[in-house]
Amino acid sequence: MKGSTKRKSVSYAKWGYIFILPFFAAFLIFQMIPLASTIYYSFFEYYRSGLNIIGPNFVGLENYKALLGSDFTKYMGNTLILWIIGFLPQIFFSLLLAAWFTDLRLKIRGKQFFKVVIYMPNLIMASAFSMLFFALFSDNGPVNAFLISAGLIDKPFRFLSTVVGARGLVGLMNFLMWFGNTTILLMAAIMGINPALFEAAELDGCNHTQIFFKITLPNIRPILVYVLITSMIGGLQMFDVPQILTNGKGTPNRTVTTIIMFLNNHLYSKNYGMAGSISVILFIICAVLCIGVYFSLNGDDSKPKKKKKKAARAAKA
Amino acid sequence: MRKSAKSLLALALAGAMVLSTAACGSSSTTSETTEAPAAESAEAGKVLNIWCWNDEFQSRFNDYYPGVKEVAEDKSTTTLEDGTTVKWTINPNENNNYQNKLDEALLGQADAAADDKIDIFLIEADYALKYVNSDYTMNVADLGLTEEDMAGQYQYTKDIVTDDNGAIKGTTWQATPGLFAYRRSIAKDVLGTDDPEKVQEALSDWDKFNDVAEQAHEKGYKMLSGYDDSYRTFSNNVSAPWVEGTTVKVDENIMNWVEQTKEFTDNGYNNKSSLWDDQWAADQGPKGKVFGFFYSTWGINFTLLGNSLETPEDEGGKAEVGNGIFGDYAVCEGPQSYYWGGTWICAATGTDNADLVKDVMYQLTCNADIDKQITLDTQDYTNNMQAMEEIAADPDFGSDFLGGQNHVALFAEAAKKIDMSNAGAYDQGCNEKFQAAFKDYFDGNISIDDAKANFETAIKETYPELTEVVWPD
Amino acid sequence: MRQKNENAHPIFTLFVHLVLIFLAFLCLFFFYILLINSTRNHFDIQKGFSFLPGTSFVSNFKKVMADANIPVLSGIKNSLIVSSASAILATYFSALTAYGLYAYDFKLKKPAFVFIMLILAMPTQVSALGFVRLVDRMHMMNTLWPLFLPSIAAPAVFYFMYSYIQSSLPMELVEAARMDGCGEFMTFNRIVLPIMKPAMAVQAIFSFVGAWNNYFIPALVISDNNKKTLPILIAALRSADFLKFDMGKVYMLITIAIIPIIIVYLLLSRYIVDGVTLGGVKE
Repeated sequence: MKGSTKRKSVSYAKWGYIFILPFFAAFLIFQMIPLASTIYYSFFEYYRSGLNIIGPNFVGLENYKALLGSDFTKYMGNTLILWIIGFLPQIFFSLLLAAWFTDLRLKIRGKQFFKVVIYMPNLIMASAFSMLFFALFSDNGPVNAFLISAGLIDKPFRFLSTVVGARGLVGLMNFLMWFGNTTILLMAAIMGINPALFEAAELDGCNHTQIFFKITLPNIRPILVYVLITSMIGGLQMFDVPQILTNGKGTPNRTVTTIIMFLNNHLYSKNYGMAGSISVILFIICAVLCIGVYFSLNGDDSKPKKKKKKAARAAKA
Repeated sequence: MRKSAKSLLALALAGAMVLSTAACGSSSTTSETTEAPAAESAEAGKVLNIWCWNDEFQSRFNDYYPGVKEVAEDKSTTTLEDGTTVKWTINPNENNNYQNKLDEALLGQADAAADDKIDIFLIEADYALKYVNSDYTMNVADLGLTEEDMAGQYQYTKDIVTDDNGAIKGTTWQATPGLFAYRRSIAKDVLGTDDPEKVQEALSDWDKFNDVAEQAHEKGYKMLSGYDDSYRTFSNNVSAPWVEGTTVKVDENIMNWVEQTKEFTDNGYNNKSSLWDDQWAADQGPKGKVFGFFYSTWGINFTLLGNSLETPEDEGGKAEVGNGIFGDYAVCEGPQSYYWGGTWICAATGTDNADLVKDVMYQLTCNADIDKQITLDTQDYTNNMQAMEEIAADPDFGSDFLGGQNHVALFAEAAKKIDMSNAGAYDQGCNEKFQAAFKDYFDGNISIDDAKANFETAIKETYPELTEVVWPD
Repeated sequence: MRQKNENAHPIFTLFVHLVLIFLAFLCLFFFYILLINSTRNHFDIQKGFSFLPGTSFVSNFKKVMADANIPVLSGIKNSLIVSSASAILATYFSALTAYGLYAYDFKLKKPAFVFIMLILAMPTQVSALGFVRLVDRMHMMNTLWPLFLPSIAAPAVFYFMYSYIQSSLPMELVEAARMDGCGEFMTFNRIVLPIMKPAMAVQAIFSFVGAWNNYFIPALVISDNNKKTLPILIAALRSADFLKFDMGKVYMLITIAIIPIIIVYLLLSRYIVDGVTLGGVKE
């Protein structure tokens, strides 16, 4: 620690590099090498027949051709549908709860209790959660017993043997596991909004709904984008819930087979060629969506926003 | 040049510094992981590495292998009289984890240090040939285990681990012949008799079996619980292995299963359950209305018995007549012979303890005294014809659960008839994918052609080397 | 007008409470059945669902604890090590990276940011087997290290931290610290970290839970019984042979495994209850 005069002449740029170094180092060591080999082998025929290793033989784009000739688009569609079934209620209830929890005019008894409880399903591991789902929704389970006694159906609805039932259960489980997580994030975002804005809106006579759409939503956009992007990526890479709920089969009629389950099917024979090409395609789709969403919703106004905030801060001071 | 080297150093230092500050939060906890127990194995003598996916073999070994001197408190090692340390590596099966790890370990076997080399690994029948047909598994004859030693074993247990060249590459202490366990009370109602011989007569081929299913249905019973119950009985009696060259040849008998199961489902002869689901288990219990279940050795005296009780034994119930439907089951051979389950012991190529491996195999799978003792102690049906026939001939031996019937006698008969010469390396994938694909067909979701197409897709995903699927006419 | 807006309409308030109670019921219901199932006998569980407890709680517990192949206590310890280390590494280094990208101007700033956004989109399932081979080459098989070290690079956590820091950290504060002669690391550790604490707590919960319930990679890396984490032990019980397969034990171990994480969650949840504010307009 010599005098501060010396440091002042030095650019701070190097600290930027130093601070981001561990992240990039860890990424390069633990993820880049496997990722690079994934991409590399997507151009090879490379799998195991029993314990015999076949390949790697360079095949160019054959794996990609085979992929496009398969039901890849069907699985992509399944994945999107399964994600949306879970995501719509998730974002709806999360926004609702976040708005309620942060609404000062709304006196909620046991608010702290509710806030803590909604995240708790996420603490249960997916495999345990599925076991409970099996028990609840089985042919002789309580849900069917209830529906029958309520006179809604006359024989058990076989949830996991129908497309609607199986997809619905995957969506329901994803919703239950993740809506608390999203609520916490959105709540945080709403509480970060300058209370002066709400006060002003109230003075102008806005009601709950108006405040929500005019003040809350626009102001939590960065976190909404975060939620959207992370959920979308999570959704496109959905695996454990449908895998376990359908015993790894993606039934009925492969309508609950997601992209990653499709990929996982190829890992049985360590088919690094096909698995690699699926990963690359999925990666490209994710990256395009990610960057697209980020820059269309967030990027263009991040600068002016900062200015706005600064202005607000200056006004306060 | 020097400048950049210097700044690199600075970066590295900064990184190290960050790491050290970050680590203090968890240092007390992480330090323990670095102290691996490395020193102990080197001097204590040989290490016998055994890989498996559960502790079944471990407990048999610890209880019955004559050379066992001491079992570690955490069961992770067993010490033998000659000073050898047996090291157990148990990896659960979930997500194919056991095979994934075993494969990597076997592929790296040549480079592994002597004390890390796998000596023994265990396999199941459905994927046995994947290992048996590879050079990573030793011919038991090369270990010194002779055909004479194994002469007392059931033939089918040897078929399953016989490679393409006819060499036997594994051995098992278990035989798991299957029977048809039926409800006496329902049989009386439907057939007018609960006598195992007469019931067997009524069920001795599939046509008769289907007729009984119809009769049972008329009386308000289900013949079977679910789709997969009879699958093994069909798949164990195919005319050729699943795969020839790179072509999957779906056997006629497998299609017979499809036909039967579809008929049963559409006519309401089954309860649309799947193996191990709660409907299936409930159907075996006091409230069940199912005629019978295909079950093998372990299943009858444990799973079926447990499911049949009203009050479980752990909760104060007694395994005796009056508790649930204890005593209401009986067994007969059923329409076709089959087996279900079993675990085989294989020697890994490159083992540095060949003599010991041979002795383990010999003692546990060829020694009639030990095998008989295992059966008497644990009710596990063992792979020794002589020992089993001694029990079968014992007039005092009978199962209260089966109404006094000597089921071992029936098992002993059934086990000899099982023919697994058509077992193949693709059995696991083919059987699983086939059942999954046709479940949709039975459920009425898709046509039989769609089910076939789905099977073709699934099987080619699982085994990229397979090119074609041929269906019987 | 103001008067009227002071409190929400009672019927609306009632409605809100009903919705909340329903959701809370849904959330807690699963814990209830878990607990119920841990008191039931294997065969009862197999035969179907029950709302009422059985009488096998003690025997299930004893059976789990007596199984020498299922070292529950060391499983809890290993899970705690891996999960805490993951949470600490992920939050600390993500905050550091976010701060590095936020507070400093350098040539590669924008590319670095876009790069992290890209790897956020990377399917992780894919490189799992490659990762395991790498771990093998690094001689870290059968150690806990590879289960938490990769958390240093957690793009999703970074992205959250970046959003937070953007709205909550006035650069003036950093500049003032520099004036006082604080080194850059000291500024980060003493000034920036405290401001980020709520965001770190939230992400720490998420990372902790994620690591706690992770099975796939740990199962491939760990073989020794005394290094297994809880999900591997649960899987081990589930692949028991038929004579020993016992759903009562499985549910008991799941229940045992969930207790520490509930405790950790409740400890950290005050940040959720008090409310993490994103956006730094503090009154």
